[in-house]
Amino acid sequence: MQNHPVYTDNDPQTVPSTLNLGPTHPATHGVFQNVLQLDGERIISGVSTIGYIHRAFEKIAEHRPFYQITPLTDRLNYCSSPINNMGWHMTVEKLLGIETPKRVDYLRVIIMELARISDHIICNGVLGVDTGAFTGFLYMMEHREAIYEIYEEVCGSRLTTNIGRIGGFERNFNTIAFNKLRKFLKDFPPTLKEFENLFNRNRIFVDRTKGVACVTPEDALNYSWSGPLLRATGVDYDVRAMNPYSSYEDFDFEVPVGQDGDVYARFLVRNEEMWQSLRLIEQALVKLEKEPTDIFHADVPEFYLPPKEEVYNNMEALIYHFKIVMGEIDTPVTEVYHSVEGANGELGFYLVNDGGRAPYRLHFRRPSFVNYQMYAPMSRGMLLSDAIINMSSLNVIAGELDA
Amino acid sequence: MGRITNEELLNKINEKFSVTVVGEPYGLLTIETDREHIISLLDFVKNDAVLQLIYLTDITAVHYPETEKPIAVIYHLHSLVNNVRLRVKVFLPAGDDHIPTATTLWNGANWMERETYDFFGVIFDGHPDLRRILNVDDMTAFPMRKEFPLEDPNRVDKKDYFFGR
Repeated sequence: MQNHPVYTDNDPQTVPSTLNLGPTHPATHGVFQNVLQLDGERIISGVSTIGYIHRAFEKIAEHRPFYQITPLTDRLNYCSSPINNMGWHMTVEKLLGIETPKRVDYLRVIIMELARISDHIICNGVLGVDTGAFTGFLYMMEHREAIYEIYEEVCGSRLTTNIGRIGGFERNFNTIAFNKLRKFLKDFPPTLKEFENLFNRNRIFVDRTKGVACVTPEDALNYSWSGPLLRATGVDYDVRAMNPYSSYEDFDFEVPVGQDGDVYARFLVRNEEMWQSLRLIEQALVKLEKEPTDIFHADVPEFYLPPKEEVYNNMEALIYHFKIVMGEIDTPVTEVYHSVEGANGELGFYLVNDGGRAPYRLHFRRPSFVNYQMYAPMSRGMLLSDAIINMSSLNVIAGELDA
Repeated sequence: MGRITNEELLNKINEKFSVTVVGEPYGLLTIETDREHIISLLDFVKNDAVLQLIYLTDITAVHYPETEKPIAVIYHLHSLVNNVRLRVKVFLPAGDDHIPTATTLWNGANWMERETYDFFGVIFDGHPDLRRILNVDDMTAFPMRKEFPLEDPNRVDKKDYFFGR
């Protein structure tokens, strides 16, 4: 009567089944593959395959002048592109010894913290979706849209922002941008509070996430974890606090740390970081009031592209424009490593310069790439459903994974 | 800056190893050693009670063609306690791209070394799983070497005459 085998509890199932999780699986939120050996629902072993959207950015960067590399960095972690852009600008500024005005630093802090919030909105929202709670995700998504509208006012684009230039910003923030920012600061906290109320003490959510994928601080450091994942294990390493850049030393903020290093702790750390980011933005707005309103870039005409009207009407600007585009300006022959606190951890730029118009070598230290390598080893012995939410909480962004 | 200075860091290393100082670009002490001593050097700075450079930030390589030792493998280390960073370089002779693996010290070195192998062909002896990571498995070239062109020279769809040049 039945033409397929029926297994009972007494049947020996000695052969593990193989599951291809990915390359395009809805639960992975990106293009990467894990080949899992399953014993029932339990994972025996896994092999991660990455590189599906490798675009050879490091090779391309060797053939581009510095100012043309910014759009490449957009496409690393595309959930928080502005942090990548700013990190790259600051690397070049460090190389060239450019001192940016305080106002530029504070504007950058605002944009970077907005980017961090938008990244954490996605990560924590999706973690809710993967545990079966769609509502919180939709509540939060509205505010990511508000953040993208602020980007739009500042640079004209939303996802791959290409925001800022070497030395500052391409244009000043307009009143609409500030108004939208103030509106966001007013609207977002109640939603975030509501989001926390939905999840933090929600029995179903806590049962699904607490004690899942616990990582000890020793393991996390051994695997070079950084960012919210490392802090969830209890190590208070934050690049913003340890090696302040862009005047973060002027600000008063806390580095939230977790305790157990499990999925729940990572969720809490990210939520708390959003509160801290809001604090930073508010402080930056206060500090901006004391700064002259017309400064939005450093005075470095030999590296900062002049506005087009000036190029057409002003000889000096035309000369500098020509020199920048043709790469006629000498740059120091040296090497520099600069890192910023990306949404996922330490985003580093290792730049070897030979004085030419393009980098001799540029290496991105991509936090997702480094964080994700622990995924397969740590999945061993885990339930498949737990491995899925573990992946969401790692917040692996395929663009950053593959570069 | 950090709790220990670069001089103290260098003195501490010099007690045990003879290293060449490359410089201190932007305050980051850069030293050069050879592949015979690299792992013992990394082991020393990682486990030394004072230095505690326990955090492996990055492993990568740079290709300098037409030099005697064309491949430089570069390690970035960070001490979270002292907040001091260290860059270690090892230059490998042409045609002999072997270096011992750092996976014995950090599990996190695994993919960093695979990436370096994938792009530069550096063979990390003793690595548990030295396969390509971002490029396809059947690729034969090492694309981040300088002789590898940015675009496939055999492409016909981008010839100049298509564009009236």
